[in-house]
Amino acid sequence: MNAVEPRMAASVQAPVDYLLHLADNALILGQRNAEWCGHGPIIEEDLSMANNSLDLIGQARLLYQHVATLQGNGATEDTLAYFRDVPDFRNYTLLELPHSPALAGTARGDRDYATTIVRNFLYSALMVLVWERLQGSTDPQLAAIAAKSLKEVRYHLRHSRDWLVRFGDGTDESHARAQAALDHLMPYTTEFWADSAAETAAQAQGAGVHPGALRADWDALVDAALQEATLVRPAPAKGYVTEGKQGIHSEHLGFVLAEMQSLARAHPGATW
Amino acid sequence: MNATDIQPAGHTAIWSALEVLTDPEIPVVTLRELGILRDIRRGTDGMLEVVITPTYSGCPAMGQIEDDVRATLAAQGVEARVVTQLAPAWTTDWMTDDAREKLRAYGIAPPRCGSAMPAPGASAVLRFAALPAAAVPCPHCGSANTTEISHFGSTACKAQYRCLDCMEPFDYFKPY
Repeated sequence: MNAVEPRMAASVQAPVDYLLHLADNALILGQRNAEWCGHGPIIEEDLSMANNSLDLIGQARLLYQHVATLQGNGATEDTLAYFRDVPDFRNYTLLELPHSPALAGTARGDRDYATTIVRNFLYSALMVLVWERLQGSTDPQLAAIAAKSLKEVRYHLRHSRDWLVRFGDGTDESHARAQAALDHLMPYTTEFWADSAAETAAQAQGAGVHPGALRADWDALVDAALQEATLVRPAPAKGYVTEGKQGIHSEHLGFVLAEMQSLARAHPGATW
Repeated sequence: MNATDIQPAGHTAIWSALEVLTDPEIPVVTLRELGILRDIRRGTDGMLEVVITPTYSGCPAMGQIEDDVRATLAAQGVEARVVTQLAPAWTTDWMTDDAREKLRAYGIAPPRCGSAMPAPGASAVLRFAALPAAAVPCPHCGSANTTEISHFGSTACKAQYRCLDCMEPFDYFKPY
């Protein structure tokens, strides 16, 4: 078992912006993956995405509850999830994109499972490394959440990597779609390694980890899977580096939030 | 399996009252046997605390479990609060041998190897094709000739398997 070693150093609460970054990542990808519920390509995958979302939204809830405790002032997990707007969200841009290939006519009409799988693979490969390190966070609550999340994300990585290999090393059609999804999404992963004030502050406190430190491990994990999948890693992108974790998002996040938040905003404080 | 059963230390009446509570989704095993019910203790303010720990982060049964514990305490006239504790993280290693056998008899293959198995790095990939040694025996006929249908199943904690001898599908309680 992954015992969490209690730190000798006095506990330090992670910066709120850093916790929100982790929570928003989990919530937005959880919301996106849940779009497959009832629409999965096969029933097993429908269930897989529903389970994956359940884990991610569960992780987001634990993190938001922690933030709410730190912030006080009436904040709850619900106010954080449902009553913040696009510029307040700190998730990677990668996670808010629709499940469609680049240049799709309409996002909803061209939902593509290879895009879903590639995104989940790229993100899960990062998060196994992040949660592994965060088990030793100086913030005891974050360390506890990390220990749980690590167990879950290992299953997500297993699932997405397995399908990545099946698609890549599958038929001509599945190979082409997986390669197109990879070419489309890989440039967005450059954001993982960019500096942000929240990550730098969290790293300095020992409460967080700067993903830049994980880049070599992530590369090794990704390259091994791509080789097995007979997919080609696209050349490093030289263009704009997305800034979702700084609150600067693509046009897609607003639509995700509109759908996710409309019920809570139409009936504030409602319970059931 | 080194199942670490929670040994009731004091508060015997409360432990036995809570012993009737089972998992809402798997009504043959108790919360104590699953390792969800962790402790009964006095809080720093002297109030009695019943400590539970969540299984999967998003397990929808946790709300029900908390309500069940609270209702049972109230029915016993016990004034206590329910405390949810995340660390140490719940693991299927805590499941008692009795609980594993009850799961099997109920038709759910119990977790084969715990998180305490010789651990590769966290990022090491769990392979899709199970090695023969790691086969999950069918809970119905005991055959080791089984195959995984899907990594995920009807609840967060289970995967779907199928027996290639008796041809019955079954749930597998995943190691966590």
